[in-house]
Amino acid sequence: MSNIPADLRFAESHEWARLETDGTVTVGISDHAQEALGDVVYVELTEIGNVFAARDTAGVVESVKAASDIYSPVSGEVIAINEDLNGSPELLNSDPYGAWIFKVKPSNTAELEKLLDAAAYKSAIGE
Amino acid sequence: MGQRTPLFDLHVALGAKMVDFGGWDMPLHYGSQVEEHHQVRRDCGVFDVSHMTVIDIVGSQAKAWLQYLLANDVGRLLEPGRALYSAMLNTEGGVIDDMLVYLTDSGYRLVVNAATGAKDLAWMRAHLAGFEVQLVERSDLAMLAIQGPHARHKIAELVTSARGALIQHLQPFEGRSEGDWFIARTGYTGEDGLEIILPAAQAPGFFNDLVGAGIPPIGLGARDTLRLEAGMNLYGQDIDESVSPLAANIAWTIAWEPAERDFIGRTAIEKERATGVKLKLVGLVLEERGVLRAHQVVRIAEVGEGEITSGSFSPTLSKSIALARVPMATADRAEVEIRGKWYPVRVVQPNFVRHGKALI
Repeated sequence: MSNIPADLRFAESHEWARLETDGTVTVGISDHAQEALGDVVYVELTEIGNVFAARDTAGVVESVKAASDIYSPVSGEVIAINEDLNGSPELLNSDPYGAWIFKVKPSNTAELEKLLDAAAYKSAIGE
Repeated sequence: MGQRTPLFDLHVALGAKMVDFGGWDMPLHYGSQVEEHHQVRRDCGVFDVSHMTVIDIVGSQAKAWLQYLLANDVGRLLEPGRALYSAMLNTEGGVIDDMLVYLTDSGYRLVVNAATGAKDLAWMRAHLAGFEVQLVERSDLAMLAIQGPHARHKIAELVTSARGALIQHLQPFEGRSEGDWFIARTGYTGEDGLEIILPAAQAPGFFNDLVGAGIPPIGLGARDTLRLEAGMNLYGQDIDESVSPLAANIAWTIAWEPAERDFIGRTAIEKERATGVKLKLVGLVLEERGVLRAHQVVRIAEVGEGEITSGSFSPTLSKSIALARVPMATADRAEVEIRGKWYPVRVVQPNFVRHGKALI
């Protein structure tokens, strides 16, 4: 059983999204995703200023096993990237909900409502 | 459901993530592949390699038959206990499989790959005509590899005194029977260690004893990164039936002498050698961050193109490494395409780590 915090929203592609009090959205990958990937050894981060539509490719997570695309769960402009992941990509394994990957200024916060809540994500991954 | 080794239930109980490997349900890792990799380089760990196929060769013409079947020459095994590595070629000079061959008191013991076992046996049986030889597939046996700098010392203390004494005295690439166990100082990690072939019914108890003594189980994931760092080929990835041993960094295993020894594939690879080998297997090191993967394209300025055959992240070197087949004229620089971008790589001897030490 993986950890699925109740205050987050999830994409079917296993990203989590958290709406912050300042209106920005923080994005990472779920505990279930990191578990399936295995040891993460490299994260190709997006760049600040990139503008995404929901479900656009927004980086790559590479584990010892394989490379896996990260998709932006919402539309918007990238305002921050977690550069700690350059030196310590394994943070995605050890702390998947602390180790965020990027933050976006969403262009349409209603898109968050279309993402899965914790219960729906739990059932989507068969737990 | 795939085939299962005698240790399947133990792997599951130990929390292994099980995956299909050549038709077998095998442990990929038991938590962290990278930690397991370091465990073997720094101390030791135990692998279940019971999926590999053990074939005993007996009969008055076993030697002559293997000298015809294999590119290396079992005539070089001068006394029981000695072992050699060989490719088995088809008539075009492609590699049907690679294997270890031990000379035993009663004949020869071959250890071939899991996914190719059935194919190998069919090929061998098709070439028996005219030889007084019997093949005995030993599916009654299991095989454990205990690898790492402390492997022999630790195992010697956990087995009978006779087996412990044998383990202390074994030379590299030597394998001998003790009772119903066959103990060899061989492996696939670039570290010292043992491969122990024993009756399947004894394998779960022995494996349990090892884990209980603090020798952790290691999955196939770490086995792959360990062998990649050691520059060892993986059949089906770095070598296959379309690849000549001359283009696979295993030309040293071809016994050209005596010249009158006729082995399957000899004519083809002699012709290739005479006309000039066009490709070679090299090592690549990515100096930038990123991960090299099998099938990525390698570009060598003013020379041509090649392809990565195996690539991964090297836990020991903390950077990505790969094996690649490239044109013979390739020198020390190349580029690799990763997701549409070209990254510079260093071209090195395909031998990155041995006995815990970086070689590049």
